[in-house]
Amino acid sequence: MILVWLIIVPTAAGLLAWLLGNRHPSWSRWISLIALAINLILSLTLLTRDAHLLTITPGGPWLAEIDLNWIPQLGISFHLAVDGLSLVLVLLTAFLGMTAVGSAWTEIKERVGFFYFNLMWVLAGITGVFLALDLFLFYFFWEMMLVPMYFIIAVWGHENRIYAAIKFFLFTQISGLLMLVAIIGLYFVHGRSSGVYTFNYLQLLGTEMPAPTAMVLMLGFLIAFVVKLPAFPVHTWLPDAHTEAPTPGSVILAGLLLKTGAYGLMRFTVPLFPQAAFDFAPIAIILGIIGILYGALLAFSQTDLKRMVAYTSVSHMGFVLLGVFVWNELALKGVVLQILCHGISTGALFILVGAIQERIETRDMRRMGGLWDTIPRLAGVAMIFALASLGLPGLGNFVSEILILFGTYRDSVPAAVLATLGLISATIYALWMIQVAFHGPNKKGWKLPDLSGREAALMGAMIVAILWLGLYPQPVFKTITPALHHLDQTVTRMQIAARAPAKAIVLSETAKRPPAQSVRPKGDNP
Amino acid sequence: MSFADLIALMPLMILAITPIAVMLVVAVHRSHSITAVLTAIGLAGALISLPLTSSPETGQVTMLLIVDGFARFYIGLLVAAGFVAVLLSYGYLQTYEGHCEEYYILMLLAVLGSAVIVTSSHFASFFLGLEILSISLYALIAYPRLKAKDIEAGLKYLILAATSAAFLVFGMALIYAALGTMELTRPATFIYSAAAERRSLPLMTGLIMLLVGIGFKLAVVPFHLWTPDVYQGAPAPVTAFVATVSKGSLVGLIVRLFGQVDIAALGSLFTVFTVIAVSSMIFGNILALLQKNVKRLLAYSSIAHLGYLLVAFLAGGSIGPTAVTFYLIAYFVMTLGAFGVITVLSGPQKEAEYIDDYRGLFWRRPWLGGTFTAMLMSLAGIPLTVGFIGKFYLAVAGVSASLWLLVIVLVMTSGIGLFYYLRVVVAIFAPPPQTNTPKETLPLAGELTLAGLTVVLVGIGLLPSPLLEIIRNMIA
Repeated sequence: MILVWLIIVPTAAGLLAWLLGNRHPSWSRWISLIALAINLILSLTLLTRDAHLLTITPGGPWLAEIDLNWIPQLGISFHLAVDGLSLVLVLLTAFLGMTAVGSAWTEIKERVGFFYFNLMWVLAGITGVFLALDLFLFYFFWEMMLVPMYFIIAVWGHENRIYAAIKFFLFTQISGLLMLVAIIGLYFVHGRSSGVYTFNYLQLLGTEMPAPTAMVLMLGFLIAFVVKLPAFPVHTWLPDAHTEAPTPGSVILAGLLLKTGAYGLMRFTVPLFPQAAFDFAPIAIILGIIGILYGALLAFSQTDLKRMVAYTSVSHMGFVLLGVFVWNELALKGVVLQILCHGISTGALFILVGAIQERIETRDMRRMGGLWDTIPRLAGVAMIFALASLGLPGLGNFVSEILILFGTYRDSVPAAVLATLGLISATIYALWMIQVAFHGPNKKGWKLPDLSGREAALMGAMIVAILWLGLYPQPVFKTITPALHHLDQTVTRMQIAARAPAKAIVLSETAKRPPAQSVRPKGDNP
Repeated sequence: MSFADLIALMPLMILAITPIAVMLVVAVHRSHSITAVLTAIGLAGALISLPLTSSPETGQVTMLLIVDGFARFYIGLLVAAGFVAVLLSYGYLQTYEGHCEEYYILMLLAVLGSAVIVTSSHFASFFLGLEILSISLYALIAYPRLKAKDIEAGLKYLILAATSAAFLVFGMALIYAALGTMELTRPATFIYSAAAERRSLPLMTGLIMLLVGIGFKLAVVPFHLWTPDVYQGAPAPVTAFVATVSKGSLVGLIVRLFGQVDIAALGSLFTVFTVIAVSSMIFGNILALLQKNVKRLLAYSSIAHLGYLLVAFLAGGSIGPTAVTFYLIAYFVMTLGAFGVITVLSGPQKEAEYIDDYRGLFWRRPWLGGTFTAMLMSLAGIPLTVGFIGKFYLAVAGVSASLWLLVIVLVMTSGIGLFYYLRVVVAIFAPPPQTNTPKETLPLAGELTLAGLTVVLVGIGLLPSPLLEIIRNMIA
């Protein structure tokens, strides 16, 4: 039932914020903040209450589940479940949601109630995406988060907002429709072979189908997810949407919306079509590497600070694509950690850019320079997150990218070498940004207010989080490992069933892991 | 004709008696509100009488009519849509300076005609129903007679509808010549069961001509040319009526016409339908992109929606008719809602028909703007609305019959469709123009109706399962 509350609370809060926001704008802020805090606490209770129960049941290491009839005529159920992987993402959603509310606090002055309505509904949709185990329900939430996001960009965005909003909507909606066709295709393939027509993910896993069918259906899912991720060459909506969105919108976009793509790849694309995904992996890996390098290159060539941060997302998400398609436990852990760290660090950078824009009313880096003198605290915080972005050891992003690179190295040395170049180019653009925006003489004679108490608190929380993920990510690993392990095993088992045991080495290596995994059933060894 | 038959025909009889009663009342005392209330009572009475007429053995009533679950369901749908249209019309006509009582009589007759169409089991009754419907529509479309556009639309509809009716009748004659029967379901079953060489030329020609007539009423490509002009020229509530009741009755008819056979096995006819469906989806959506007038935009989009609907129709099987009916309900709700918003903002003198008229609507009138947005989102097929479930169901039906071409076109053109719905939505949420227009009060009946439609839109969008069960039971 907690899972249902996770969705009802933000939905209801959104409606309440809208209704009350007309009279008391500050009420809608507090309502949203409190609702997200409730969500955070609810998901934390899931973490603590069931931590010792992380046993592998036949369906997987699920911590909580709810399965209600919804449209039984079509085999659709309201099926939510949470495992370690979903749980950390739900936690991230609540956390970044709160920072987004914090960053909207003063920036959003017009139509406040309606803004928080949209914000809360996006968050409800994202939470639903991370929890849904029925493919129809998944698609439902997948689409549900689009419309409010569209409004956030189109109503409260910057100069070119309509263009950006429509571009964002069309890209994601059309790719989503392709996924819908793939979902329906899978539904019938499974129904015809087994006689059970269902959208239940757990039942659809392991559906047998001819290789061409699997490839086509896999591509349907893949396109939707890589557009969202985004991967080269379908990333072009991202710089526009991120740049034109208001700060909280950018935080949600970069921090959460992109992550639904990564999550979809891990949860659906690869496990549902292991063989097709395996066959497609070389292309995906190449696209991932192109994304890493190309994103970095483009980031370096921007003059708009916000646009630059947006392009760094393309680069960082290249690592995610790489890690998912390398598909071993090490890389997957890296991917999840990358999701969390990128969410926090990029979210923070967007908030900082927003804070700067609020002060000097421009995002053009050429017009900045020397800001360190007048707003040292803000500049210092920006430095920390720029360092996180370039992968400085001690901050979360380092751990995640190194893990992905280690995982890649096992699979393909050239890929790992090329991807490592991404770390170097990240260093260049991140330091260059700090150099241009904050250092140098204060030629313009800026005199600006430094971080306010609210902003400082926001940044403080995010710094603690990124440091924690960099220095002691063990709790996260402890939560996600059973889920990832199970996913990996499911995929490997199906691949082994399909062909000679090409991945046997990976399996025997994972067996060396700490005792938590020793409960793995023995029959799985090839 | 037995007493049971009379009971079965009760909804139709109520629909036939009401216009006479209204006419008599108008002869005694002209009053807009009394007429409207009587009309509403008549329609509500027909609606209430529907469940009373359901008994297991009812079915064929004379050679001409068949009152089965399917017919009752469709009558219910059409009468409900007519009821909504009447509620919307009331506010719209209040500012009309001429007589508005006859309007309701015409509308009642049109509902009667459409109800006869879905009840018919014989070409004669089908034609009778069609003519009752068409003739009422000629007058309704040109009713205000204030602008050249009204008259133009009415004339255009009159000429084209009469031509298409001629095709229809000639087609019926050819079918009769070939088969010796005017039974509605015979042509399809005959082609289905007969060997290919027995599909004689007169029969096939007759069927194609029949399709021309039906295609005209459905406004599918290439029989769609009247749609944008009539949608634009007709008064907004009449447009809503034409888009729903008139089209819905013909959808019911084609499902009955081909419902008993597997359409995919009909060879060339299947190809004809596929071409119609694909071109409707493509042209409807692409032409809608170019429109600045919301009524024209919705006209083209309705062409596309009928194309979508044909996908499920062509899929056939057990799922096809259910999907068609479900989508039709969705289409009714969102079309009535969208035109309802236009109606409450319009009057016979000045219609709010340009996209610019809706600029900033959400900030001026949040509820109305929200309703319009919800309707447009539903037309675009976004979740939480009935349009999403409906489109999903269509895709399921299409994939179940492996109609890949149609499903891909459905998906791709839906993508195009989003673009023009979003244009309107963008206008609704744009900053309002600075000119301070006095805040008029909107007609209460219209606003309540819209609120009801929105509740239905979201309600079925969230919990479609009960409705699906009803549809399955009724039309199976």
